[in-house]
Amino acid sequence: MSILLNKKTKLLVHGLTGSQGSFHAQQCLEYGSAVVGGVTPGKGGTEHLGLPVFNTAKDAVKATGANASLIFVPPPYAADSILEAADAGVAVIICITEGIPVLDMVRVKKRLAAINACGRQVTLVGPNCPGVITPGECKAGIMPGYIHKKGGVGVVSRSGTLTYEAVWQVTCQGLGQSTVVGIGGDPVQGLNFVDTLRLFQADPATAAVIMIGEIGGSAEEDAARYIKKEMTKPVFCFVAGKTAPPGRRMGHAGAIVEGNAGTHASKVEALRKAGAEVVDNLSEIGAAVAARLKGKGGKKGKAKAGAKSKAKAARK
Amino acid sequence: MKLLEYEGKEIFGRYGIPVLRRHGIIRIGDGPDALKLDGAGPWIVKAQVLAGGRGKAGGVKVAKTAAEARELTNKMLGMKMVTHQTQGKALTVEEVLVEDACAIARELYISVVLDRKAACPAIIASAEGGVSIEELAQSHPEKILKVAVDPEAGLLDYQARQLAFDLKIPQKNFCEFTQLARQLVKVFLELDASLVEINPLIISGEGKLIALDAKIVTDDNALFRHKDQAAKPDHEASEIEREARAIGINYIGLDGDIGCMVNGAGLAMATLDTVKMAGGDAANFLDVGGGANVEQVTRAFQIILKDPKVKAVLVNIFGGIMKCDNIAAGIVEASRKVKIHVPLIVRLEGTRVKEGREILAKSGIKIEQADSLWEAAQKAVAAAKR
Repeated sequence: MSILLNKKTKLLVHGLTGSQGSFHAQQCLEYGSAVVGGVTPGKGGTEHLGLPVFNTAKDAVKATGANASLIFVPPPYAADSILEAADAGVAVIICITEGIPVLDMVRVKKRLAAINACGRQVTLVGPNCPGVITPGECKAGIMPGYIHKKGGVGVVSRSGTLTYEAVWQVTCQGLGQSTVVGIGGDPVQGLNFVDTLRLFQADPATAAVIMIGEIGGSAEEDAARYIKKEMTKPVFCFVAGKTAPPGRRMGHAGAIVEGNAGTHASKVEALRKAGAEVVDNLSEIGAAVAARLKGKGGKKGKAKAGAKSKAKAARK
Repeated sequence: MKLLEYEGKEIFGRYGIPVLRRHGIIRIGDGPDALKLDGAGPWIVKAQVLAGGRGKAGGVKVAKTAAEARELTNKMLGMKMVTHQTQGKALTVEEVLVEDACAIARELYISVVLDRKAACPAIIASAEGGVSIEELAQSHPEKILKVAVDPEAGLLDYQARQLAFDLKIPQKNFCEFTQLARQLVKVFLELDASLVEINPLIISGEGKLIALDAKIVTDDNALFRHKDQAAKPDHEASEIEREARAIGINYIGLDGDIGCMVNGAGLAMATLDTVKMAGGDAANFLDVGGGANVEQVTRAFQIILKDPKVKAVLVNIFGGIMKCDNIAAGIVEASRKVKIHVPLIVRLEGTRVKEGREILAKSGIKIEQADSLWEAAQKAVAAAKR
C-alpha cells in the first residue's frame, strides 16, 4: 500500500512536448512509471517519446484510461490545464508549474470544490511542487528517483530540495519511504499538510511521517491540531526559515512572515505541543526517525539533544 | 511587488475611490521650483517609503504655508527613516508626496487580503482605524470584522451593506461606503493584488469619506498580465536583487558575512538556519534554481561577491535533476572567470556526486569540501572568522 500513486497509476503528462515536460516524462518512464500519453493542444495525433499525444485531456483519458495527470504547462495556462484534467475525469492531478498567479489558484480551488461536491473525488497536489513518488511503483514529478527506497516512512513537504535532503537521510539510515508528497510552496494549493497526514495515518504501509514545513501561513499550526487529535503514528518535523527576515518573500510565494502570522516560533511550538518531534538541525532528521523506528534511541529528544550539543561545540 | 502610497492613490483614483488632491511627487535632485502648490493650504508632506509607522518617525508633516511645505519637502528628501516596520534598518526617503491636508472626524480601517486558509479574498475592517491592525487583532479581536469574498462575483451588495451597518457608517456616507468597498475588492481582483489596504479610511471634518493612505501589494506571479506594472521599478528590491532577478536568480540581501549559493528555496532557507545554528550569519538568501547551468553559477558567484561583507562562500547543492558534476564544472569555470578572494566551502550531494567531488578535488582550486550541510556550515563559519 501507499498513498496517491501505485503500480496501477496511469500517468498523463500535460505539456509533454515542451522541454521540461519532455525531460521529466523521460525520467519518469526510466523510473518505471506508467506514462500513457501526453496533452499538447494542436499536436494531437503525433507521437513523442514513443507516447501518443492528444489535443485535449478528454481525448487522452478516453483513449488511454489515464487516472492521474502530471502538469508542466507554463504559468499563464497551468490553471486551465488543472481544470481540464479534472473535467476529463482523472483522480489525481499533480501540478509542477511554478509561478501560477494566486488568484488563478483561488478560482481553481473553488471549481474543484464544486466538482467534488457533485460526488467526484479529484485530488490536486501542488502547484509549485516536486511531485509525488511511491518508491518502486510510480514517480510523478521532478525528484531524482534513485535517492528513494521502498519503506515505511511517509514524507510530506512544502519544499523540493529540502524533501530530497530528508529522503536521502532516511535512505542512508537504511530505511525507506512509503510515499513522498511535495505539496508545494504556494500560498493557495491543493492537498495540504492535514489532508496528507490523514492519508498517511490511514495507510498501513506508513509507520512514521516526516513533515517539512516552512515559515508563512498557518498550515503547520493546522497540522499540529490534527496530529494532537487524530495521529497515532509518530511525526518528525523540521520548519525552515527560522532566520528569515519578516515581510520578505523567501523564494516560495508562500514563505513570508506577515505581521505576527506564520512565524517559525509559533509553528515549532504548536508542533511540539502536539507531540511531534521537531528537530532544530535539518541534518538530524534522518537519525531521529531511525532512532525511533529501529528502537535504538527510545523516546523523544535524543536526536535533538545531539544537534544541540554539536551546535554548542561549533560556537566554541 | 509593494507599491508606494502615491502609486496606490493613482490606482484608487482610476477606480473612483476618493483620495485627497495631490500637488506633486518631489524626488531627490528636483529643482526648487518642482513643487507647485495651489489653493490656500494647509498641505501635508509625506515621505514615500515602503513601511508603516511613518508618522511617528517624522515622515508625515503638516505645512501651513507654501514656504513651509517647500522647507519640509527639502528636509525630508534624503532623510534616513527607521520605523517599527523596518527591522532596525534605515530607509532613505527618495520621494515625497505633497497633498491637501484635511480635518479628520472619524478613522476606520479597511483592507482586502488573501485568506490563505479559506483560499479566497477577504475584507478585513474595523471601526477603529489609524492604529496598527496587528495590535488591535491581538488586543481586541472582536473589533475586527471579516467578510469572505467570492473571487468571481466580487463583493455582493448585501455584504457591503452588512459591513456598512457593522461599522456604523453614518447614513449620509452609506452609499459612498458600499461603493468604495466594492471598488476596493475590484482593485484587488483586477490588479492581482495580495493586499489592498486603506489605513486610515476617514470621514473628514466636512463629512466626506476619504482614503487617507494607500497600500497595495501585487502578486509577482501575475506580472505577465500586468505589463504596465511589470515595467515599473520594484522599490523594495536592492540593486543587486534586481540584477539577480533579471537572470532568473532569487537573491535577498541579509546582514551576515557568509555568502550562500543553494538550489531550491526551502533548502536555501534551511541553509541560512543551519549557518546560524553553527554560530554564523548568512549574507544572503540565494536560490540558483533547479536547472542552473555554468553561466548561472558564474553569475551567482558574481552577485554574492558584490556584497563587500562576504568573508566566505558556502555552496550547498542537492543535485536532483541538476547533476553534481555539472555544478562542479560550473564552480571550476566560474572560479576562473570570477576572482573568488574568500574561502569557498562546497557541499555536494545527490545525482553524480562522486564525479562532482572528483572534479572539484582535481581542479587545483582551493575548495573545502564537506559531506553534510552541518559540516559545511561549521566550516564556513570557521572560515569567516579566520
